[in-house]
Amino acid sequence: MKKTTAFIGSAAALVLVPGLALSDPDEDSLTINGDIPIVTQTDAPAHTENLSEIYSGWRFRSDETQAFQMDDFDNPGMIGVENAAVDWETVDGSAGKSCANCHGAPEEMAGVRAVYPKWNEEMGKVTTLEMEVNNCRETRMGAKTWKYTGGDMTDMVALISSVSRGMPVNVEINGPAKETWEQGKELYYTRTGQLELSCANCHEDSYGMMIRADHLSQGQINGFPTYRLKNTKLNSVHARFKGCVRDTRAQTYKPGSPEFIALELYVASRGNGLSVEGPSVRN
Amino acid sequence: MASGVKPRVKVPKKAAAGETITIKTLISHKMESGQRKDDDGNIIPRSIINRFTADFNGQNVIDVTLEPAISTNPYFQFEAVVPESGEFKFTWYDDDGSVYDTSKKITVS
Repeated sequence: MKKTTAFIGSAAALVLVPGLALSDPDEDSLTINGDIPIVTQTDAPAHTENLSEIYSGWRFRSDETQAFQMDDFDNPGMIGVENAAVDWETVDGSAGKSCANCHGAPEEMAGVRAVYPKWNEEMGKVTTLEMEVNNCRETRMGAKTWKYTGGDMTDMVALISSVSRGMPVNVEINGPAKETWEQGKELYYTRTGQLELSCANCHEDSYGMMIRADHLSQGQINGFPTYRLKNTKLNSVHARFKGCVRDTRAQTYKPGSPEFIALELYVASRGNGLSVEGPSVRN
Repeated sequence: MASGVKPRVKVPKKAAAGETITIKTLISHKMESGQRKDDDGNIIPRSIINRFTADFNGQNVIDVTLEPAISTNPYFQFEAVVPESGEFKFTWYDDDGSVYDTSKKITVS
């Protein structure tokens, strides 16, 4: 463990800075509802050169926050899932169809979350779940599209995620998606904003450390959509990216932009092997 | 009237005599504190659940006053030793006068 050694090496310096607590992810294990085991730690995929182990963000949260996610009744993100289950059955648009008319029960979508973002042959580009939901609404239902990071959309993505919980994230990075993935990787390592921080500076070089009051995770997105206690709602991946880039004091890309789609594919691929957790609970 | 309000309750269907059971309740509610301002600087009126009660077979067992500092989707969890088979009734009182309730039966053997 390279990181542990680095911590011991800097222990002397730390004595002078009380309150700067360094702590790796904890040792807790996660089982949802007592029957869905969740992989929160595993070997890093080969294409994630600078990490040996990958951890779900759940492992970096306090015991109290972690407990929210162990039972669906306690998980406030499930309120969004229930709302989406109603939308799933609701006929909308000129074609007189609901999601259920084509797809059946939401459980039929098991496994879908785990492989998105994914190359869409018809459109000739990598698409996210949000884009596929809007594609369905527009072309198959004849309904109005939803805002990319809106409540309806994020709830629906949470519903689709919830039926894949426990399945390993496994996004495809080779083949036609390769170019997008490379673009995402480039963005991940590009410093932005007045603070000149890249994603990697915090989430690869410094995970486990405290950034003021926040315990830095690896920035894995296997738990999205995420119910955040700070804003008491489900948050989409792109909304979180936007928040992170804004915090570097940069002009951000827009949710749903090609840049964020590429970044989502790349960041998702760094979590290949972790379980789908969405809707997760974080602070 | 506050929108999207829905009470949820989890009570075991059965319990042994003398057994301590755990009851979980949650009501989805925005719990607007009355201290925030909108984009134009006007105060957003307070809209919270201000009281929560639980009754068992008509007898009150829990009566809670809620204040504006309580966050969205108030959640209560408590333990109970149930003396006999019967019905729990849970009631939430909204600032706007709405009352939401839900009941759960339990069998004690």
